[in-house]
Amino acid sequence: MRADRNERAPLPLTIAAAAGLLFLHLPILLIFVYAFTTEDKSYAWPPPGFTTKWFAVTWNRPDVWEALTLSVKVASISTAVALVLGTLCAAAVSRTKFFGRETISLLVILPIALPGIITGIALRSAFSLAEIPFSTWTIVLGHATFCVVVVYNNAVARFRRTSASLIEASMDLGADGFQTFRYVILPNIGTALLAGGMLAFALSFDEVIVTTFTAGQQATLPIWMLEELVRPRQRPVTNVVAMVVVIVTFLPILAAFYLTRDGDQIAGAGK
Amino acid sequence: MSANPAILPRRGGVAGALSDAFWRHPGLLLFLMLTPPVLWLGIIYLGSLFALLAQSFFSIDEFSGLVQYEFTLKTYGELLRAQNLDVIVRTVVMAAIVTLAAAAVAFPIAYFAARYAKGKWKAFFYLAVMLPLWSSYLVKVYAWKLILAKEGILNWLLAKLHLTWLLEAWLSLPIVGGNSLSFSYTGTFLVFLYVWLPFMILPLQAALERVPGNLVEASSDLGAAPATTFRHVIFPLALPGLVAGSIFTFSLTLGDYIIPQIVGTSRLFIGQAVYAHQGTAGNIPLAAAFTVVPIVVMGFYLWGAKRLGAFDAM
Amino acid sequence: MTTAVSFSQVSRHYGAVKAVDRVDLDVREGEFFAMLGPSGSGKTTSLRLIAGFEQPTAGHIEIFGETAEGVPPYRRNVNTVFQDYALFPHLNVVDNVAYGLMVRGVAKAERRRAAEEVLAMVKLPGYGDRRPGQLSGGQRQRVALARALVNRPKVLLLDEPLGALDLKLREQMQEELKALQRQLGITFVFVTHDQGEALSMADRVAVFSEGRITQVGTPQEIYQRPASRFVADFVGSSNVLPPDFVQRYCGQRGWGSLRPESIRIQADASGDGVPARVLSKSYLGAATRVVLDADGLRINAILPAGARLPDDGEAVVLTFNRETLHVMGGEG
Repeated sequence: MRADRNERAPLPLTIAAAAGLLFLHLPILLIFVYAFTTEDKSYAWPPPGFTTKWFAVTWNRPDVWEALTLSVKVASISTAVALVLGTLCAAAVSRTKFFGRETISLLVILPIALPGIITGIALRSAFSLAEIPFSTWTIVLGHATFCVVVVYNNAVARFRRTSASLIEASMDLGADGFQTFRYVILPNIGTALLAGGMLAFALSFDEVIVTTFTAGQQATLPIWMLEELVRPRQRPVTNVVAMVVVIVTFLPILAAFYLTRDGDQIAGAGK
Repeated sequence: MSANPAILPRRGGVAGALSDAFWRHPGLLLFLMLTPPVLWLGIIYLGSLFALLAQSFFSIDEFSGLVQYEFTLKTYGELLRAQNLDVIVRTVVMAAIVTLAAAAVAFPIAYFAARYAKGKWKAFFYLAVMLPLWSSYLVKVYAWKLILAKEGILNWLLAKLHLTWLLEAWLSLPIVGGNSLSFSYTGTFLVFLYVWLPFMILPLQAALERVPGNLVEASSDLGAAPATTFRHVIFPLALPGLVAGSIFTFSLTLGDYIIPQIVGTSRLFIGQAVYAHQGTAGNIPLAAAFTVVPIVVMGFYLWGAKRLGAFDAM
Repeated sequence: MTTAVSFSQVSRHYGAVKAVDRVDLDVREGEFFAMLGPSGSGKTTSLRLIAGFEQPTAGHIEIFGETAEGVPPYRRNVNTVFQDYALFPHLNVVDNVAYGLMVRGVAKAERRRAAEEVLAMVKLPGYGDRRPGQLSGGQRQRVALARALVNRPKVLLLDEPLGALDLKLREQMQEELKALQRQLGITFVFVTHDQGEALSMADRVAVFSEGRITQVGTPQEIYQRPASRFVADFVGSSNVLPPDFVQRYCGQRGWGSLRPESIRIQADASGDGVPARVLSKSYLGAATRVVLDADGLRINAILPAGARLPDDGEAVVLTFNRETLHVMGGEG
């Protein structure tokens, strides 16, 4: 829907939209302010003073580092698994019509369509039935499952925009299936996969609900934060960690946005 | 021209043979591509899910606390006990209110972005919704803990505006009130609304983008008042988007157990009940039965949404 | 003369849909062969069967005497110019053209030189570093052509390659394609739904209808002696005349085809010939089309510029040379 003439938005609408956006963003900005507060016993506003000393304190905390390392490790492995599974699924679904296509799409989407707690408790009870001890791998198992859909969605969209005749053209010119994959398919879906991978990383890095059921004694960064939220002990350190998490997740999202935007322009121009 | 044959010889090696085989039998390639994801999702995910659902038909022995592996509907009967029914009703009502509020707050943003934002502003609006959507769930909840705290920014702001009496009046109300915002349904509601709002804006905006601008102008050219245009032209066309968004807000609220645990009263929501039963109580059958509730509710919801054509707007 | 492509009883069925149905076909080496027909008539599927994108459900295909069934596209020395050009958006023009050489392991310098050479041949020198997205439709078409020619294929397949171009460019490209084909001596198989294009470019034309070939012949044969009502109607919108009419004016029995330009109109309504009434006229520039009604039969006539034009509603008599009325065999 587009206003054809250079129409101005009515004032009440502008105010409502601006207020809505402020509502979305002010709480996140607040996190940035609290990371610098000198107050360490309460959430007092306005902050009595500003300091950067909590950054140093956080930097020297081994438990934060451990949680961060585990999160990065889990997110990396889950993203890699999701990239493989999601791309395979997207290629199969978008290249050929076969019986059960809809079922496959549903199967991929289900892990994030159903509430995370269901995925979490289902996995946990399955682990206990199969007597699998909790480890980094049980966390990865859960994360990869719901990360597949992000890669899948990005790849399917790109496959749809990539003309099927490109593959035929490549084969026609003498490239076998593997050469076609390497020289035509991969370069055309590359940015979509990169974007999907980044979103999957962000999703895994941030996940807490499923993780609480599959982590056992280990703590990912979100689990560490959850513990701080339920029983606050290190308010200033939590503030700093929260701010770092915001920044760390923003970067891949921004990158993914620009990647898919430029990529689609290239794909569109080729038509 | 014998140096230029019409049919080239087969390439040597495994790659050449495989490539030929895939071309001759496209089904083989399809099968190989689908096997890993279907095995992963089918065995790990669906397998766990069905194992869980199966457990809801078992029961727990009240004396020994052990699970009895016999088919029974007894556990589902327990769901209907007053205390458990309370939990279900509380959660569903909260999900419904959050969904309605999210629709109301999201509409102006989505409408503005779809109809008036152009070029750079378009990208700005998109990112302005995407960034909060993707930023850390826990950080967002944490931010609201900061905001709603007694010594926090909201109380400070109300004091500055001399409106503390209003907050106190609100907190003294039954049900929605409480000791402080952090420990009231109002607080829980605000955090739910905040965390799920972007999930409402995006599909709504997608639906509104598809409303032709000239349709709106045609309606006003025909002399319709803005309210009439909204009710008879914009709203029906935006409805699939609203329903699509509501699927997210409704489903996410139904299954969440962290927000009510951190901000809210001590009364349980479905997610918390599931967590408690599977954890300390060790009553997996009842926990499984509880998880069936959001699945069934969402099943009906999705079925209705599909009939309204909401899936095209996602 | 060697046969470049040969179909014997080739079918391609999709369930109940017979895209190509028991087709026999011989394309001679070095000829410019057109497959003409409306959409869904099986001409594109036939082309894809030659390229190897489709496999026949029955029948036998040979390319230069070698069996083609079971041979994937990348092992057929046959290249295609696609309808949507299918240029690789992530490669520049030179890399697009050199793609066929690259996947065959030709060294970089050598394939760049070969690509530049073919680009010069299609009159696009110096465009090598551009991206397909920066080219006009006509330029993309030339790149697609160059890319398909770089491997020196035995057969070049063209799938409606001029469909997306505007009229003037299309006429120019027709000339160039024809010249290029003569210069290279490569067999061209050209799919089109435009009968004018097929008649003006091809050495021989196959007319497709509902998955089958209804006639193969030189453009003259197809135009002047259509084998069926379908061909008569589809190629040059001939007047298709019912058997009664043919018997009355020509003595033979069968459906007839009469070209609009073979008809003369005489104002003297009492003269010898077919009495008719003028329904309407439309000015075509070099000629005028007159629509007439001859006792319930609608007839088109084309009068050259300068001829006297009858008035609308005027009673006239139509005459034609008896040889120009072509009687088709059977019921057509």
